[in-house]
Amino acid sequence: MAQRIDVKDLNIYYGDFMAVQGVSMTIDPKSVTAFIGPSGCGKSTFLRTLNRMHEVIPGAHVEGKVEMEGVDLYGPDVDPVAVRRSIGMVFQRPNPFPTMSIRDNVLAGVKLNNKRISRSDADDLVESSLRGANLWNEVKDRLDKPGSGLSGGQQQRLCIARAIAVKPQVLLMDEPCSALDPISTLAIEDLIQELKQDYTIVIVTHNMQQAARVSDRTAFFNIAGTGKPGRLIEMDETATIFSTPKEKATEDYVSGRFG
Amino acid sequence: MTTTASPPATTRRRRSGDTERGMSRVFRWISTAAAVLLLAVLAAVAVFLVQRGLPALTASGEELQTAGRLPRGMTHLGQLVGPLVFGTLLAAAIALLLATPVAVGIALFISHYAPRRLAAGIGYVVDLLAAIPSVVFGLWGGRTLAPVVADVWVWVAGVLNSIPGLEVRATATGRSLATASVVLAVMILPIITAVSREVFLQTPKLHEEAALALGATRWEVVRTAVLPFGRSGVISAAMLGLGRALGETMAVLMILSPGLLYSFQIFDSGQQQTIAAYIANQFPESSGLAVNVLIATGLALFVITMAVNMLARWIVARRKEFSGAN
Ligand SMILES: Nc1ncnc2c1ncn2[C@@H]1O[C@H](COP(=O)(O)OP(=O)(O)OP(=O)(O)O)[C@@H](O)[C@H]1O
Ligand SMILES: [Mg+2]
Repeated sequence: MAQRIDVKDLNIYYGDFMAVQGVSMTIDPKSVTAFIGPSGCGKSTFLRTLNRMHEVIPGAHVEGKVEMEGVDLYGPDVDPVAVRRSIGMVFQRPNPFPTMSIRDNVLAGVKLNNKRISRSDADDLVESSLRGANLWNEVKDRLDKPGSGLSGGQQQRLCIARAIAVKPQVLLMDEPCSALDPISTLAIEDLIQELKQDYTIVIVTHNMQQAARVSDRTAFFNIAGTGKPGRLIEMDETATIFSTPKEKATEDYVSGRFG
Repeated sequence: MTTTASPPATTRRRRSGDTERGMSRVFRWISTAAAVLLLAVLAAVAVFLVQRGLPALTASGEELQTAGRLPRGMTHLGQLVGPLVFGTLLAAAIALLLATPVAVGIALFISHYAPRRLAAGIGYVVDLLAAIPSVVFGLWGGRTLAPVVADVWVWVAGVLNSIPGLEVRATATGRSLATASVVLAVMILPIITAVSREVFLQTPKLHEEAALALGATRWEVVRTAVLPFGRSGVISAAMLGLGRALGETMAVLMILSPGLLYSFQIFDSGQQQTIAAYIANQFPESSGLAVNVLIATGLALFVITMAVNMLARWIVARRKEFSGAN
Protein backbone atom coordinates (compact mmCIF):
# COMPACT_ATOMS: atom_id res chain seq x y z
CA MET A 1 0.00 0.00 0.00
CA ALA A 2 2.82 2.38 0.73
CA GLN A 3 4.79 3.71 -2.19
CA ARG A 4 7.96 5.65 -2.70
CA ILE A 5 8.13 9.15 -4.07
CA ASP A 6 10.99 10.56 -6.11
CA VAL A 7 11.27 14.28 -6.59
CA LYS A 8 13.61 15.54 -9.29
CA ASP A 9 14.75 19.15 -9.68
CA LEU A 10 11.49 20.64 -8.58
CA ASN A 11 10.95 24.39 -8.83
CA ILE A 12 7.72 25.74 -7.37
CA TYR A 13 6.16 29.04 -8.29
CA TYR A 14 3.35 31.28 -7.10
CA GLY A 15 2.77 33.21 -10.32
CA ASP A 16 6.17 34.73 -11.09
CA PHE A 17 7.50 34.26 -7.57
CA MET A 18 9.73 31.25 -7.19
CA ALA A 19 9.00 29.89 -3.72
CA VAL A 20 11.09 26.73 -3.78
CA GLN A 21 14.05 25.91 -6.01
CA GLY A 22 15.78 22.79 -7.17
CA VAL A 23 14.53 20.17 -4.74
CA SER A 24 15.47 16.55 -5.37
CA MET A 25 14.72 13.89 -2.81
CA THR A 26 13.52 10.36 -2.29
CA ILE A 27 10.80 9.53 0.20
CA ASP A 28 10.92 5.91 1.30
CA PRO A 29 7.81 3.79 1.58
CA LYS A 30 6.57 2.82 5.04
CA SER A 31 8.67 5.40 6.75
CA VAL A 32 8.20 8.78 8.34
CA THR A 33 9.95 11.68 6.67
CA ALA A 34 10.06 15.01 8.52
CA PHE A 35 10.52 18.44 6.94
CA ILE A 36 12.04 21.08 9.17
CA GLY A 37 13.21 24.61 8.53
CA PRO A 38 12.55 28.24 9.39
CA SER A 39 9.20 29.84 8.66
CA GLY A 40 8.63 30.80 5.04
CA CYS A 41 11.23 28.44 3.61
CA GLY A 42 8.58 26.58 1.61
CA LYS A 43 7.94 23.41 3.60
CA SER A 44 4.16 23.68 3.23
CA THR A 45 4.52 24.72 -0.38
CA PHE A 46 6.69 21.73 -1.17
CA LEU A 47 4.46 19.34 0.76
CA ARG A 48 1.42 20.51 -1.17
CA THR A 49 3.08 19.87 -4.50
CA LEU A 50 3.38 16.20 -3.55
CA ASN A 51 -0.36 15.71 -3.99
CA ARG A 52 -1.01 18.59 -6.40
CA MET A 53 -2.91 20.59 -3.81
CA HIS A 54 -0.57 23.39 -4.77
CA GLU A 55 -2.40 23.78 -8.07
CA VAL A 56 -5.63 25.03 -6.57
CA ILE A 57 -3.99 28.40 -5.89
CA PRO A 58 -4.40 30.59 -8.98
CA GLY A 59 -1.12 31.05 -10.82
CA ALA A 60 0.70 28.37 -8.86
CA HIS A 61 2.71 25.90 -10.92
CA VAL A 62 5.77 23.68 -10.84
CA GLU A 63 8.72 22.67 -12.99
CA GLY A 64 10.42 19.33 -12.60
CA LYS A 65 9.17 15.91 -11.69
CA VAL A 66 7.38 14.24 -8.84
CA GLU A 67 7.23 10.50 -9.39
CA MET A 68 5.34 7.93 -7.41
CA GLU A 69 6.66 4.45 -8.18
CA GLY A 70 8.01 5.85 -11.42
CA VAL A 71 4.80 7.53 -12.56
CA ASP A 72 5.12 11.29 -13.01
CA LEU A 73 2.31 12.84 -10.98
CA TYR A 74 2.44 15.91 -13.19
CA GLY A 75 2.26 13.91 -16.40
CA PRO A 76 -0.22 15.07 -19.05
CA ASP A 77 -2.70 12.25 -18.58
CA VAL A 78 -2.62 12.16 -14.78
CA ASP A 79 -5.78 13.37 -13.07
CA PRO A 80 -5.00 15.54 -10.02
CA VAL A 81 -8.15 14.22 -8.36
CA ALA A 82 -6.77 10.69 -8.60
CA VAL A 83 -3.43 11.85 -7.22
CA ARG A 84 -5.12 13.35 -4.17
CA ARG A 85 -7.06 10.16 -3.63
CA SER A 86 -3.89 8.16 -3.29
CA ILE A 87 -1.95 10.83 -1.43
CA GLY A 88 -4.00 12.05 1.50
CA MET A 89 -3.42 15.14 3.57
CA VAL A 90 -3.89 16.32 7.14
CA PHE A 91 -3.80 20.04 7.78
CA GLN A 92 -2.38 22.31 10.41
CA ARG A 93 -5.76 23.21 11.85
CA PRO A 94 -8.24 20.36 12.33
CA ASN A 95 -10.88 20.75 9.65
CA PRO A 96 -13.70 18.21 9.98
CA PHE A 97 -16.72 19.16 7.89
CA PRO A 98 -18.85 21.09 10.37
CA THR A 99 -22.13 20.17 8.72
CA MET A 100 -21.47 16.44 8.95
CA SER A 101 -21.67 13.94 11.78
CA ILE A 102 -18.56 12.11 12.95
CA ARG A 103 -19.62 9.09 10.95
CA ASP A 104 -20.26 11.07 7.78
CA ASN A 105 -16.93 12.83 8.18
CA VAL A 106 -15.13 9.52 8.14
CA LEU A 107 -17.12 8.42 5.10
CA ALA A 108 -16.85 11.75 3.28
CA GLY A 109 -13.98 10.70 1.05
CA VAL A 110 -15.47 7.29 0.29
CA LYS A 111 -18.81 8.74 -0.71
CA LEU A 112 -17.22 11.03 -3.27
CA ASN A 113 -17.49 10.13 -6.90
CA ASN A 114 -20.99 8.84 -6.13
CA LYS A 115 -19.60 5.60 -4.86
CA ARG A 116 -22.23 3.38 -3.30
CA ILE A 117 -21.30 1.54 -0.17
CA SER A 118 -23.52 -0.81 1.78
CA ARG A 119 -24.58 0.06 5.29
CA SER A 120 -22.59 -2.73 6.90
CA ASP A 121 -19.46 -2.02 4.85
CA ALA A 122 -19.77 1.62 5.86
CA ASP A 123 -20.07 0.66 9.52
CA ASP A 124 -16.99 -1.51 9.27
CA LEU A 125 -15.04 1.19 7.51
CA VAL A 126 -16.03 3.80 10.09
CA GLU A 127 -14.95 1.55 12.90
CA SER A 128 -11.67 0.47 11.35
CA SER A 129 -10.74 4.02 10.35
CA LEU A 130 -11.57 5.44 13.76
CA ARG A 131 -9.68 2.60 15.42
CA GLY A 132 -6.81 3.31 13.09
CA ALA A 133 -6.84 6.89 14.29
CA ASN A 134 -7.10 5.85 17.96
CA LEU A 135 -10.42 7.62 18.27
CA TRP A 136 -12.95 4.80 18.27
CA ASN A 137 -13.31 4.38 22.03
CA GLU A 138 -13.86 8.08 22.55
CA VAL A 139 -16.57 8.55 19.93
CA LYS A 140 -18.22 5.18 19.39
CA ASP A 141 -21.29 6.28 21.35
CA ARG A 142 -21.80 9.54 19.50
CA LEU A 143 -21.09 8.82 15.87
CA ASP A 144 -24.11 10.84 14.82
CA LYS A 145 -23.05 13.98 16.65
CA PRO A 146 -21.32 16.74 14.68
CA GLY A 147 -17.58 16.40 14.28
CA SER A 148 -17.08 20.00 15.30
CA GLY A 149 -18.21 19.12 18.81
CA LEU A 150 -15.00 17.20 19.53
CA SER A 151 -11.90 18.59 21.18
CA GLY A 152 -9.13 19.91 18.96
CA GLY A 153 -7.02 16.79 19.39
CA GLN A 154 -10.00 14.54 18.71
CA GLN A 155 -10.91 16.60 15.65
CA GLN A 156 -7.40 16.18 14.32
CA ARG A 157 -7.60 12.42 14.82
CA LEU A 158 -10.99 12.48 13.11
CA CYS A 159 -9.30 14.17 10.16
CA ILE A 160 -6.68 11.44 10.15
CA ALA A 161 -9.43 8.82 10.24
CA ARG A 162 -11.12 10.58 7.32
CA ALA A 163 -7.85 10.63 5.40
CA ILE A 164 -7.06 6.93 5.96
CA ALA A 165 -10.65 5.86 5.23
CA VAL A 166 -9.98 6.32 1.51
CA LYS A 167 -6.95 4.05 1.86
CA PRO A 168 -4.29 6.33 0.46
CA GLN A 169 -0.74 5.24 -0.20
CA VAL A 170 0.87 8.30 1.27
CA LEU A 171 -0.20 10.59 4.08
CA LEU A 172 1.01 14.18 4.13
CA MET A 173 0.77 16.11 7.40
CA ASP A 174 1.40 19.82 7.66
CA GLU A 175 2.16 20.66 11.28
CA PRO A 176 -0.63 18.36 12.46
CA CYS A 177 0.05 19.04 16.13
CA SER A 178 0.69 22.75 16.18
CA ALA A 179 -2.85 23.55 17.34
CA LEU A 180 -2.88 20.82 19.98
CA ASP A 181 -1.95 20.40 23.64
CA PRO A 182 0.97 18.13 24.67
CA ILE A 183 -1.26 15.14 25.50
CA SER A 184 -3.07 15.24 22.16
CA THR A 185 0.28 15.77 20.48
CA LEU A 186 1.64 12.60 22.04
CA ALA A 187 -1.49 10.73 20.98
CA ILE A 188 -0.94 11.82 17.38
CA GLU A 189 2.76 10.98 17.52
CA ASP A 190 1.95 7.49 18.75
CA LEU A 191 -0.56 7.21 15.97
CA ILE A 192 2.03 8.22 13.39
CA GLN A 193 4.27 5.42 14.61
CA GLU A 194 1.44 2.93 14.07
CA LEU A 195 0.41 4.35 10.72
CA LYS A 196 3.86 3.97 9.25
CA GLN A 197 3.35 0.18 9.24
CA ASP A 198 0.95 0.78 6.37
CA TYR A 199 1.57 4.21 4.94
CA THR A 200 4.33 6.43 3.73
CA ILE A 201 4.18 9.49 5.95
CA VAL A 202 5.56 12.96 5.39
CA ILE A 203 5.27 15.43 8.23
CA VAL A 204 6.14 19.11 8.46
CA THR A 205 6.97 20.26 11.96
CA HIS A 206 8.46 23.20 13.79
CA ASN A 207 9.04 21.05 16.80
CA MET A 208 12.56 19.65 16.68
CA GLN A 209 11.87 17.08 19.40
CA GLN A 210 8.87 15.91 17.45
CA ALA A 211 10.91 15.45 14.30
CA ALA A 212 13.50 13.53 16.32
CA ARG A 213 10.84 11.40 18.01
CA VAL A 214 8.70 10.38 15.09
CA SER A 215 10.73 10.48 11.90
CA ASP A 216 13.13 8.09 10.24
CA ARG A 217 14.56 10.64 7.87
CA THR A 218 14.66 14.41 8.13
CA ALA A 219 14.92 17.05 5.44
CA PHE A 220 16.13 20.51 6.35
CA PHE A 221 14.95 23.43 4.20
CA ASN A 222 16.33 26.93 4.39
CA ILE A 223 15.93 30.28 2.77
CA ALA A 224 18.73 32.71 1.95
CA GLY A 225 16.62 35.81 2.59
CA THR A 226 13.20 37.30 2.01
CA GLY A 227 12.12 37.08 -1.60
CA LYS A 228 14.62 34.31 -2.28
CA PRO A 229 13.42 30.79 -2.99
CA GLY A 230 13.62 28.11 -0.31
CA ARG A 231 16.00 25.20 -0.89
CA LEU A 232 16.55 21.74 0.43
CA ILE A 233 19.80 22.01 2.34
CA GLU A 234 20.27 18.50 3.60
CA MET A 235 18.37 15.26 3.97
CA ASP A 236 19.55 12.28 5.95
CA GLU A 237 18.72 9.78 8.66
CA THR A 238 17.08 11.69 11.49
CA ALA A 239 19.74 10.60 13.96
CA THR A 240 22.45 11.93 11.66
CA ILE A 241 20.71 15.25 11.07
CA PHE A 242 20.40 15.83 14.80
CA SER A 243 23.89 14.68 15.75
CA THR A 244 26.36 15.06 12.90
CA PRO A 245 24.82 16.97 10.00
CA LYS A 246 27.05 17.70 7.04
CA GLU A 247 25.98 21.30 6.63
CA LYS A 248 26.77 24.08 9.05
CA ALA A 249 23.32 25.66 8.52
CA THR A 250 21.60 22.45 9.56
CA GLU A 251 23.68 22.17 12.67
CA ASP A 252 22.93 25.78 13.61
CA TYR A 253 19.24 25.27 13.07
CA VAL A 254 18.80 22.02 14.96
CA SER A 255 20.89 23.27 17.84
CA GLY A 256 18.80 26.43 18.05
CA ARG A 257 21.39 28.82 16.59
CA PHE A 258 19.88 30.53 13.60
CA GLY A 259 22.02 32.13 11.00
CA MET B 1 -24.64 46.60 40.04
CA THR B 2 -26.87 45.63 42.95
CA THR B 3 -24.25 45.36 45.64
CA THR B 4 -23.28 48.48 47.51
CA ALA B 5 -20.60 47.02 49.75
CA SER B 6 -17.78 47.17 47.22
CA PRO B 7 -16.85 50.52 45.70
CA PRO B 8 -19.01 50.59 42.60
CA ALA B 9 -18.19 54.19 41.80
CA THR B 10 -14.62 53.39 40.80
CA THR B 11 -15.59 50.43 38.70
CA ARG B 12 -18.20 52.43 36.92
CA ARG B 13 -15.88 55.32 36.29
CA ARG B 14 -13.24 52.94 35.02
CA ARG B 15 -15.70 51.25 32.70
CA SER B 16 -16.91 54.40 31.09
CA GLY B 17 -13.45 55.94 31.14
CA ASP B 18 -11.23 53.14 29.85
CA THR B 19 -13.29 50.90 27.67
CA GLU B 20 -15.78 53.33 26.19
CA ARG B 21 -13.93 56.45 25.41
CA GLY B 22 -14.82 58.92 22.68
CA MET B 23 -15.76 57.38 19.35
CA SER B 24 -16.56 54.02 20.84
CA ARG B 25 -19.27 55.55 23.00
CA VAL B 26 -20.63 57.61 20.13
CA PHE B 27 -20.79 54.55 17.98
CA ARG B 28 -22.60 52.60 20.65
CA TRP B 29 -25.23 55.29 20.89
CA ILE B 30 -25.64 55.57 17.16
CA SER B 31 -26.08 51.83 16.74
CA THR B 32 -28.48 51.57 19.66
CA ALA B 33 -30.49 54.49 18.36
CA ALA B 34 -30.64 52.93 14.91
CA ALA B 35 -31.92 49.65 16.33
CA VAL B 36 -34.54 51.41 18.43
CA LEU B 37 -35.63 53.55 15.48
CA LEU B 38 -36.05 50.44 13.36
CA LEU B 39 -38.23 48.77 15.97
CA ALA B 40 -40.21 51.97 16.41
CA VAL B 41 -40.91 52.22 12.69
CA LEU B 42 -41.98 48.59 12.58
CA ALA B 43 -44.28 49.10 15.57
CA ALA B 44 -45.70 52.27 14.04
CA VAL B 45 -46.54 50.41 10.84
CA ALA B 46 -48.16 47.58 12.76
CA VAL B 47 -50.20 49.99 14.88
CA PHE B 48 -51.30 51.89 11.79
CA LEU B 49 -52.38 48.71 10.02
CA VAL B 50 -54.34 47.39 12.99
CA GLN B 51 -55.91 50.73 13.83
CA ARG B 52 -57.00 51.60 10.32
CA GLY B 53 -57.87 48.03 9.40
CA LEU B 54 -60.05 47.49 12.47
CA PRO B 55 -63.17 49.25 11.13
CA ALA B 56 -63.21 46.83 8.22
CA LEU B 57 -62.81 43.87 10.53
CA THR B 58 -65.75 44.92 12.69
CA ALA B 59 -68.09 46.25 10.00
CA SER B 60 -71.25 44.33 9.08
CA GLY B 61 -71.62 42.48 5.81
CA GLU B 62 -74.00 45.08 4.45
CA GLU B 63 -71.68 47.98 5.24
CA LEU B 64 -68.78 46.15 3.68
CA GLN B 65 -70.73 45.64 0.48
CA THR B 66 -71.88 49.21 0.10
CA ALA B 67 -69.36 51.55 1.78
CA GLY B 68 -66.55 48.96 1.80
CA ARG B 69 -66.86 48.29 -1.94
CA LEU B 70 -66.31 44.56 -1.55
CA PRO B 71 -66.58 42.80 -4.91
CA ARG B 72 -70.07 41.70 -5.80
CA GLY B 73 -71.40 38.66 -3.96
CA MET B 74 -69.02 38.98 -1.00
CA THR B 75 -70.45 39.57 2.46
CA HIS B 76 -67.44 39.31 4.71
CA LEU B 77 -63.82 40.29 4.56
CA GLY B 78 -62.44 36.77 4.51
CA GLN B 79 -63.97 36.21 1.09
CA LEU B 80 -61.74 38.96 -0.25
CA VAL B 81 -58.61 38.46 1.84
CA GLY B 82 -58.57 34.68 1.41
CA PRO B 83 -58.17 34.55 -2.38
CA LEU B 84 -55.79 37.52 -2.25
CA VAL B 85 -53.54 35.77 0.27
CA PHE B 86 -53.76 32.64 -1.86
CA GLY B 87 -52.82 34.52 -5.03
CA THR B 88 -50.00 36.37 -3.30
CA LEU B 89 -48.47 33.22 -1.86
CA LEU B 90 -48.88 31.31 -5.11
CA ALA B 91 -47.22 33.99 -7.23
CA ALA B 92 -44.37 34.44 -4.75
CA ALA B 93 -43.85 30.72 -4.31
CA ILE B 94 -43.63 30.08 -8.04
CA ALA B 95 -41.26 33.01 -8.42
CA LEU B 96 -39.08 31.66 -5.63
CA LEU B 97 -39.12 28.17 -7.09
CA LEU B 98 -37.98 29.53 -10.44
CA ALA B 99 -35.44 32.02 -9.13
CA THR B 100 -33.63 30.16 -6.35
CA PRO B 101 -32.04 27.34 -8.37
CA VAL B 102 -30.98 29.77 -11.08
CA ALA B 103 -29.62 32.23 -8.54
CA VAL B 104 -27.68 29.54 -6.68
CA GLY B 105 -26.31 28.31 -10.00
CA ILE B 106 -25.18 31.77 -11.02
CA ALA B 107 -23.72 32.40 -7.57
CA LEU B 108 -21.77 29.15 -7.67
CA PHE B 109 -20.56 29.88 -11.17
CA ILE B 110 -19.33 33.29 -10.06
CA SER B 111 -17.75 32.07 -6.84
CA HIS B 112 -16.27 28.74 -7.88
CA TYR B 113 -16.24 28.16 -11.62
CA ALA B 114 -15.82 31.29 -13.69
CA PRO B 115 -12.42 32.81 -14.40
CA ARG B 116 -12.01 35.91 -12.25
CA ARG B 117 -12.58 38.48 -14.99
CA LEU B 118 -15.74 36.79 -16.28
CA ALA B 119 -17.04 36.35 -12.72
CA ALA B 120 -16.72 40.07 -12.06
CA GLY B 121 -18.56 40.84 -15.30
CA ILE B 122 -21.43 38.53 -14.56
CA GLY B 123 -21.69 39.82 -11.00
CA TYR B 124 -21.92 43.33 -12.37
CA VAL B 125 -24.68 42.46 -14.82
CA VAL B 126 -26.70 40.73 -12.10
CA ASP B 127 -26.33 43.77 -9.86
CA LEU B 128 -27.53 45.96 -12.71
CA LEU B 129 -30.65 43.84 -12.91
CA ALA B 130 -31.44 44.88 -9.33
CA ALA B 131 -31.33 48.54 -10.33
CA ILE B 132 -34.11 48.28 -12.91
CA PRO B 133 -37.32 49.87 -11.55
CA SER B 134 -40.25 47.53 -11.19
CA VAL B 135 -42.39 49.67 -13.51
CA VAL B 136 -39.97 48.88 -16.28
CA PHE B 137 -40.21 45.20 -15.46
CA GLY B 138 -44.00 45.57 -15.53
CA LEU B 139 -43.97 47.23 -18.94
CA TRP B 140 -41.56 44.71 -20.35
CA GLY B 141 -43.46 41.80 -18.84
CA GLY B 142 -46.84 42.98 -20.05
CA ARG B 143 -45.87 44.15 -23.54
CA THR B 144 -42.95 42.01 -24.61
CA LEU B 145 -42.77 38.93 -22.47
CA ALA B 146 -46.48 38.11 -22.14
CA PRO B 147 -47.20 37.61 -25.85
CA VAL B 148 -44.07 35.52 -26.27
CA VAL B 149 -44.51 33.22 -23.28
CA ALA B 150 -48.23 32.90 -24.01
CA ASP B 151 -47.33 30.46 -26.77
CA VAL B 152 -45.15 28.52 -24.37
CA TRP B 153 -47.91 28.40 -21.76
CA VAL B 154 -50.45 27.25 -24.33
CA TRP B 155 -48.07 24.49 -25.36
CA VAL B 156 -47.36 23.50 -21.73
CA ALA B 157 -51.09 23.46 -21.02
CA GLY B 158 -51.59 21.24 -24.05
CA VAL B 159 -48.99 18.78 -22.81
CA LEU B 160 -50.43 18.77 -19.29
CA ASN B 161 -53.93 18.28 -20.66
CA SER B 162 -52.87 15.01 -22.21
CA ILE B 163 -52.54 13.66 -18.65
CA PRO B 164 -55.93 12.17 -17.84
CA GLY B 165 -57.82 13.90 -15.06
CA LEU B 166 -55.97 17.16 -15.50
CA GLU B 167 -57.64 20.19 -17.03
CA VAL B 168 -55.35 23.11 -17.69
CA ARG B 169 -56.48 26.28 -19.43
CA ALA B 170 -54.13 28.84 -20.91
CA THR B 171 -54.84 32.33 -22.16
CA ALA B 172 -53.49 33.47 -25.49
CA THR B 173 -52.79 36.93 -24.08
CA GLY B 174 -50.20 35.63 -21.63
CA ARG B 175 -51.56 37.87 -18.89
CA SER B 176 -51.53 35.04 -16.37
CA LEU B 177 -50.03 34.38 -12.98
CA ALA B 178 -47.33 32.26 -14.59
CA THR B 179 -46.08 35.25 -16.58
CA ALA B 180 -46.22 37.50 -13.53
CA SER B 181 -44.27 34.92 -11.55
CA VAL B 182 -41.60 34.70 -14.23
CA VAL B 183 -41.14 38.46 -14.07
CA LEU B 184 -41.11 38.34 -10.27
CA ALA B 185 -38.46 35.63 -10.49
CA VAL B 186 -36.29 37.86 -12.66
CA MET B 187 -36.78 40.68 -10.20
CA ILE B 188 -35.72 38.69 -7.15
CA LEU B 189 -32.88 36.95 -8.94
CA PRO B 190 -30.25 39.64 -8.21
CA ILE B 191 -30.76 39.76 -4.46
CA ILE B 192 -30.70 35.99 -4.08
CA THR B 193 -27.66 35.73 -6.34
CA ALA B 194 -25.75 38.50 -4.58
CA VAL B 195 -26.33 37.17 -1.08
CA SER B 196 -25.64 33.54 -2.08
CA ARG B 197 -22.46 34.55 -3.85
CA GLU B 198 -21.17 36.35 -0.76
CA VAL B 199 -21.96 33.33 1.39
CA PHE B 200 -20.29 30.90 -1.01
CA LEU B 201 -17.20 33.08 -1.20
CA GLN B 202 -16.91 32.88 2.56
CA THR B 203 -16.68 29.11 2.66
CA PRO B 204 -13.61 28.47 4.80
CA LYS B 205 -10.62 27.55 2.62
CA LEU B 206 -9.90 24.91 5.22
CA HIS B 207 -13.06 22.98 4.37
CA GLU B 208 -12.65 23.28 0.63
CA GLU B 209 -9.10 22.00 0.95
CA ALA B 210 -10.29 19.18 3.19
CA ALA B 211 -12.58 18.03 0.39
CA LEU B 212 -9.92 18.51 -2.29
CA ALA B 213 -7.40 16.51 -0.30
CA LEU B 214 -9.83 13.60 -0.21
CA GLY B 215 -9.87 13.59 -4.00
CA ALA B 216 -12.97 15.64 -4.61
CA THR B 217 -13.73 17.09 -8.02
CA ARG B 218 -14.81 20.68 -8.23
CA TRP B 219 -18.47 19.76 -8.07
CA GLU B 220 -17.83 17.49 -5.10
CA VAL B 221 -16.05 20.30 -3.29
CA VAL B 222 -19.13 22.40 -3.88
CA ARG B 223 -21.38 19.62 -2.66
CA THR B 224 -19.43 18.63 0.45
CA ALA B 225 -18.03 21.96 1.59
CA VAL B 226 -19.62 24.94 -0.12
CA LEU B 227 -23.34 24.12 -0.25
CA PRO B 228 -23.67 22.79 3.31
CA PHE B 229 -21.81 25.82 4.58
CA GLY B 230 -23.92 28.20 2.51
CA ARG B 231 -27.24 26.52 3.16
CA SER B 232 -28.54 28.86 5.83
CA GLY B 233 -27.26 31.83 3.86
CA VAL B 234 -29.10 30.69 0.76
CA ILE B 235 -32.30 30.29 2.78
CA SER B 236 -31.89 33.81 4.11
CA ALA B 237 -31.27 35.04 0.59
CA ALA B 238 -34.37 33.26 -0.68
CA MET B 239 -36.41 34.83 2.10
CA LEU B 240 -35.18 38.28 1.16
CA GLY B 241 -36.29 37.52 -2.37
CA LEU B 242 -39.59 36.11 -1.18
CA GLY B 243 -40.21 39.28 0.81
CA ARG B 244 -39.78 41.31 -2.32
CA ALA B 245 -41.94 38.97 -4.38
CA LEU B 246 -44.73 39.06 -1.79
CA GLY B 247 -44.85 42.83 -1.77
CA GLU B 248 -44.19 43.54 -5.43
CA THR B 249 -46.91 45.75 -6.85
CA MET B 250 -46.29 47.38 -10.18
CA ALA B 251 -45.02 44.41 -12.12
CA VAL B 252 -47.96 42.25 -11.10
CA LEU B 253 -50.44 45.06 -11.62
CA MET B 254 -49.23 45.67 -15.15
CA ILE B 255 -49.06 42.04 -16.20
CA LEU B 256 -51.74 40.06 -14.46
CA SER B 257 -55.32 40.01 -15.57
CA PRO B 258 -56.84 39.64 -12.08
CA GLY B 259 -59.48 37.42 -10.57
CA LEU B 260 -60.41 36.44 -7.03
CA LEU B 261 -60.50 32.68 -7.18
CA TYR B 262 -58.74 29.95 -5.27
CA SER B 263 -57.41 28.65 -8.54
CA PHE B 264 -54.32 26.76 -9.60
CA GLN B 265 -54.95 27.70 -13.25
CA ILE B 266 -51.74 29.66 -13.40
CA PHE B 267 -51.72 29.88 -17.21
CA ASP B 268 -55.20 31.38 -17.47
CA SER B 269 -56.31 34.99 -17.08
CA GLY B 270 -58.85 36.33 -14.58
CA GLN B 271 -57.96 33.77 -11.94
CA GLN B 272 -55.82 35.22 -9.14
CA GLN B 273 -54.71 38.53 -7.77
CA THR B 274 -52.04 39.57 -5.25
CA ILE B 275 -52.63 41.77 -2.22
CA ALA B 276 -50.25 44.53 -3.18
CA ALA B 277 -51.55 44.78 -6.74
CA TYR B 278 -55.15 44.72 -5.51
CA ILE B 279 -54.49 47.59 -3.10
CA ALA B 280 -52.72 49.64 -5.74
CA ASN B 281 -55.51 48.95 -8.21
CA GLN B 282 -58.37 49.87 -5.88
CA PHE B 283 -56.85 52.62 -3.83
CA PRO B 284 -57.36 55.58 -6.20
CA GLU B 285 -61.13 55.02 -6.25
CA SER B 286 -61.57 54.22 -2.58
CA SER B 287 -62.64 56.28 0.39
CA GLY B 288 -63.98 55.71 3.90
CA LEU B 289 -64.59 52.07 4.77
CA ALA B 290 -63.22 50.95 1.42
CA VAL B 291 -59.82 52.27 2.47
CA ASN B 292 -60.12 50.39 5.75
CA VAL B 293 -60.82 47.23 3.78
CA LEU B 294 -57.67 47.75 1.74
CA ILE B 295 -55.62 48.42 4.84
CA ALA B 296 -56.98 45.23 6.38
CA THR B 297 -55.72 43.29 3.36
CA GLY B 298 -52.42 45.13 3.83
CA LEU B 299 -52.38 43.84 7.39
CA ALA B 300 -52.74 40.34 6.02
CA LEU B 301 -49.71 40.92 3.80
CA PHE B 302 -47.74 42.22 6.78
CA VAL B 303 -48.63 39.12 8.76
CA ILE B 304 -47.69 36.63 6.04
CA THR B 305 -44.40 38.38 5.42
CA MET B 306 -43.59 38.13 9.12
CA ALA B 307 -44.69 34.51 9.24
CA VAL B 308 -42.55 33.61 6.25
CA ASN B 309 -39.52 35.24 7.85
CA MET B 310 -40.06 33.42 11.11
CA LEU B 311 -40.42 30.16 9.25
CA ALA B 312 -37.11 30.82 7.54
CA ARG B 313 -35.40 31.57 10.83
CA TRP B 314 -36.76 28.40 12.29
CA ILE B 315 -35.48 26.38 9.34
CA VAL B 316 -32.05 27.95 9.71
CA ALA B 317 -31.96 27.46 13.48
CA ARG B 318 -33.14 23.87 13.39
CA ARG B 319 -29.79 22.48 12.33
CA LYS B 320 -27.64 24.99 14.13
CA GLU B 321 -25.65 22.20 15.75
CA PHE B 322 -24.41 21.20 12.32
CA SER B 323 -23.96 24.70 10.97
CA GLY B 324 -20.63 26.18 9.96
CA ALA B 325 -20.29 28.14 13.18
CA ASN B 326 -17.84 26.26 15.39
N1 LIG C 1 -0.87 31.35 -1.65
C1 LIG C 1 0.34 31.92 -1.79
N2 LIG C 1 0.52 32.87 -2.72
C2 LIG C 1 1.74 33.46 -2.87
N3 LIG C 1 2.80 33.16 -2.14
C3 LIG C 1 2.69 32.23 -1.19
C4 LIG C 1 1.46 31.56 -0.96
N4 LIG C 1 1.62 30.69 0.04
C5 LIG C 1 2.91 30.81 0.43
N5 LIG C 1 3.56 31.73 -0.31
C6 LIG C 1 4.99 32.11 -0.18
O1 LIG C 1 5.78 30.99 -0.39
C7 LIG C 1 6.87 30.97 0.51
C8 LIG C 1 6.88 29.67 1.28
O2 LIG C 1 5.73 29.60 2.08
P1 LIG C 1 5.32 28.31 2.91
O3 LIG C 1 3.97 28.55 3.47
O4 LIG C 1 5.49 27.13 2.06
O5 LIG C 1 6.40 28.32 4.07
P2 LIG C 1 6.53 27.32 5.30
O6 LIG C 1 7.91 26.81 5.27
O7 LIG C 1 5.44 26.34 5.31
O8 LIG C 1 6.38 28.32 6.52
P3 LIG C 1 5.74 28.03 7.94
O9 LIG C 1 6.74 27.24 8.68
O10 LIG C 1 5.57 29.38 8.52
O11 LIG C 1 4.44 27.31 7.72
C9 LIG C 1 6.72 32.20 1.40
O12 LIG C 1 7.57 33.21 0.91
C10 LIG C 1 5.28 32.58 1.23
O13 LIG C 1 5.13 33.96 1.35
MG1 LIG D 1 3.72 25.98 6.58
